[in-house]
Amino acid sequence: MSSAANGRGAPLIELRHVKKYFPIRKGVLQREVARVHAVDDVSFAVREGETLGLVGESGCGKSTLGRTIVRLLEPTEGQILFRGQQIEELGPRRLRPLRREMQMVFQDPYASLNPRKRVGTIIGDPLKIHRIGDKKQRQTQVEELLETVGLSPEHYNRFPHEFSGGQRQRIGIARALALRPKLIVADEPVSALDVSIQSQMLNLLEDLQNEFRLTYIFIAHDLGVVRHVSDRIAVMYLGKLVELSPAEELYQRPIMPYTEALLSAVPIPDPDLARQRERIVLEGDVPSPINPPSGCRFHPRCRYATEVCREVEPPLADYGNGHLAACHHPLNVDAAALAAVTASPQTPRAADEDALPTDSAGSSDPAHGDTPG
Amino acid sequence: MAERLLDVEDLAVHFATEDGLVRAVDGVSFGLDRGQVLGIVGESGSGKSVTAMTLMGLTRGVNAKFEGAVRYQGKDLLQISDREMQDYRGNEIGMIFQDPMTSLNPVYRVGEQIVEAIRAHDHVDRRRARRRAVELLKQVGIPNPESRVDDFPHQFSGGMRQRAMIAMALSCNPAILIADEPTTALDVTIQAQIIELIGRLKDDFDSAVIMITHDLGVVADIADEIMVMYAGRVVERGATRDVFYDPQMPYTWGLLGSIPRLDRPRPERLYSIKGTPPSLINAPRGCKFRPRCPHAFDKCMEEPKLEQRVETAGHLDRCWLDVTFKREHRDAMIAGESTEAA
Repeated sequence: MSSAANGRGAPLIELRHVKKYFPIRKGVLQREVARVHAVDDVSFAVREGETLGLVGESGCGKSTLGRTIVRLLEPTEGQILFRGQQIEELGPRRLRPLRREMQMVFQDPYASLNPRKRVGTIIGDPLKIHRIGDKKQRQTQVEELLETVGLSPEHYNRFPHEFSGGQRQRIGIARALALRPKLIVADEPVSALDVSIQSQMLNLLEDLQNEFRLTYIFIAHDLGVVRHVSDRIAVMYLGKLVELSPAEELYQRPIMPYTEALLSAVPIPDPDLARQRERIVLEGDVPSPINPPSGCRFHPRCRYATEVCREVEPPLADYGNGHLAACHHPLNVDAAALAAVTASPQTPRAADEDALPTDSAGSSDPAHGDTPG
Repeated sequence: MAERLLDVEDLAVHFATEDGLVRAVDGVSFGLDRGQVLGIVGESGSGKSVTAMTLMGLTRGVNAKFEGAVRYQGKDLLQISDREMQDYRGNEIGMIFQDPMTSLNPVYRVGEQIVEAIRAHDHVDRRRARRRAVELLKQVGIPNPESRVDDFPHQFSGGMRQRAMIAMALSCNPAILIADEPTTALDVTIQAQIIELIGRLKDDFDSAVIMITHDLGVVADIADEIMVMYAGRVVERGATRDVFYDPQMPYTWGLLGSIPRLDRPRPERLYSIKGTPPSLINAPRGCKFRPRCPHAFDKCMEEPKLEQRVETAGHLDRCWLDVTFKREHRDAMIAGESTEAA
C-alpha cells in the first residue's frame, strides 16, 4: 500500500538505533561468553532515489548492516522502517512481499552464482519464487534483463564459469533487478574487478538507477569509488556511524579524523601529487569488535586523541547541512560553526550528549566565553 | 650507473591448450636495475602475471614454450634446468602473490612456513632460522613478533597475512622482489601501508621491485618506470612521469579515465573502455587494441612496433596516431564523460 509519504524525497528506509550483536558461545552448555558488537546503535534514513555510500575498513560492520537492512540478518535491537512500516520483527511469510522490494548485489561474483545452474535459471528464479508470469513470459523477461545489463539474450543457457568476472557481476545485478526492487544493497560490487571493468559497472549502476528509479545503499572501502556514485556518504568504524555527510562536502571538509585518514589512503594516479600529499597511514588494523575500545572507538589509532577521547563516547553532532560527525576534536570546523553545534537525534544512546565538541584542537580557545562551569 | 640485474629480451610464452595456442606473452623486453621499481600495468589476461611467473620459472611445463631470453646477471634463466632454477627462485628473485588468504598454508603456523622458506635455501639450524623469522616479521611491521610467530594464518588479518607473505619473500634476501597485485584484496588503508612497506624494504634490502597491478593509481608514487601491457604485448613504456603526464597509447588513457579520482572534480561519467580484452588464441589482426580503440583508422590493421615516437628518450609506444593529434584528443578520455559505450 502506498501512501502520500512515498513522494520524492521521503525516506524509503529508515534505521533507528539498530544493533546487531553476534553471540560467542563456549562449552557444553553453549553459554554466551562474549558478543561481537558488529553494528552498534546506527541510525540513518535513505530517501527514495538516493544513493547512500557506506564506507569503512573490513570489520567495521558495513556488510553486516547491509544484510540487516534487507533482513538477511535479524537486528538485535532497534527499528528498521521500510516506507514507514516496521520490518525488523516480521516473520518469513510477511517478509516475502518485501523481498521483492529489497534486493542485494554481492561482492564476489565468483562465489555468489551457483556454478551448476544456467544463467537463465539464476536470473529467473526470483520470478519463479514469487510466481510471476508463466515459463514463457519469464524467459522473455530474463532475456530482456540480460540486455538491460549489457549481456546478450543468447547467454540464457550458459553456465557462470563461461563468463568473466565483470560479466558475472552483471548477472548478479540482473538477478537483483528481476523483481523490479525499489532498494538495492550493493555490497562491494566492484572491489573484485579490474579498474577498467569497475568503471563499466559504475556507469551501468548509474544508468539502471535512472531507468528504474532505484535507491542504492552502496557498500565499499574505497572512497574514490563511493564518491563517484553517492549522494550522501556514511562512514562506519567498529560498528558505529562516525560521520554522515553530503558526498562532495565529505571530500572538501572531513570532520572526523578517521575520514581524513581514509581519504588520504586512496591512491591518486598523478605521480607529483601523490608524492607531495601527506599520507596519514593508520597504524595497525581495526581493533576487535568483541572488546571495543572505551570512549571514542577510534582513539587508539587517532593522531589527535586526548584524555577525553579515551573516556567519553562522543555524540553525533550536527554541523549543519546534514553533516553529522562523532568526534571530540573535529577538523575543518570554525568557531562559529562549533558554537551552533547540537547533538543529533541519531546519536547512539550510550554516547554522552553533553560532550559536544567545544574546540577543534583540544586546547583552550579564547573565542569561547560560554564555557560551562 | 646502477647495477643491471635483469634483462628480458623479446620474451614469448606460449601455452598449447585443447583450444589452440595461447600466446600469453609475445615479444616483451625490459631491463631492471638495482634499486629500481618497475610497475607493470594491465587488465586481467594482459600477460603481466605470466611474465612475472616466467621470471620465477613458475610457468615451466610440458605445454609451455618459451622464446627470447631472461638474463639475470648475465645468466639466461630460460636455459637452465629446473634444479638450477631452484637456486635462483627465492634466493635471487622473490615473489609476493596476490591473495594473502590463499597463499599461506592454513594448517601450519606462520613462523614454520617462514622457517621452511629460510631452510630451503640456507643451511641453518631451526633455532637460527626461527630467530630470523621473528626478525623478519618485525621488519615487516607485525606487532609482538615473538608471540605472533606461533600463530596460524587464520589468526592474522588480511593485511598481516600479506606482511607475512612479504617476510617470506624477503627471507633469502632476494635481489629482485616481484609483487603480483599485492594489495588488490586489501582495504585502501592497508593497501597504503603495504605499498609504503614495499618501498621502504626495497631500500633496506637494496633490491629492485617489479610491481604488477591493474590500477595505475597504485604505482603512481612508487614506480620509477611503468610498462603498460595489453594482449601479451608491451604497448607503452616509459618513466613514470612521462607515462602519466604524456601518455601515448589510447589504452593507457582508458585505464587512467577508468579511475574515480579524488584529485579532480567528479565527472558525470567515468570513461569505460568498451568491450573486453581479446582472446589470446585468436588475437585481432594489426594493433591488438584496435577493436576497442575509439581512434582506430586504416593503418591500425598493421601492427605498430614498440618504438620511440615522442621527444622524450626511453618513452616507447605502439600507436600509429600522430603525436600532436593524441595530445589534443586524449584529455576527453582521461577526464571521463565522452565516448560512452556499453
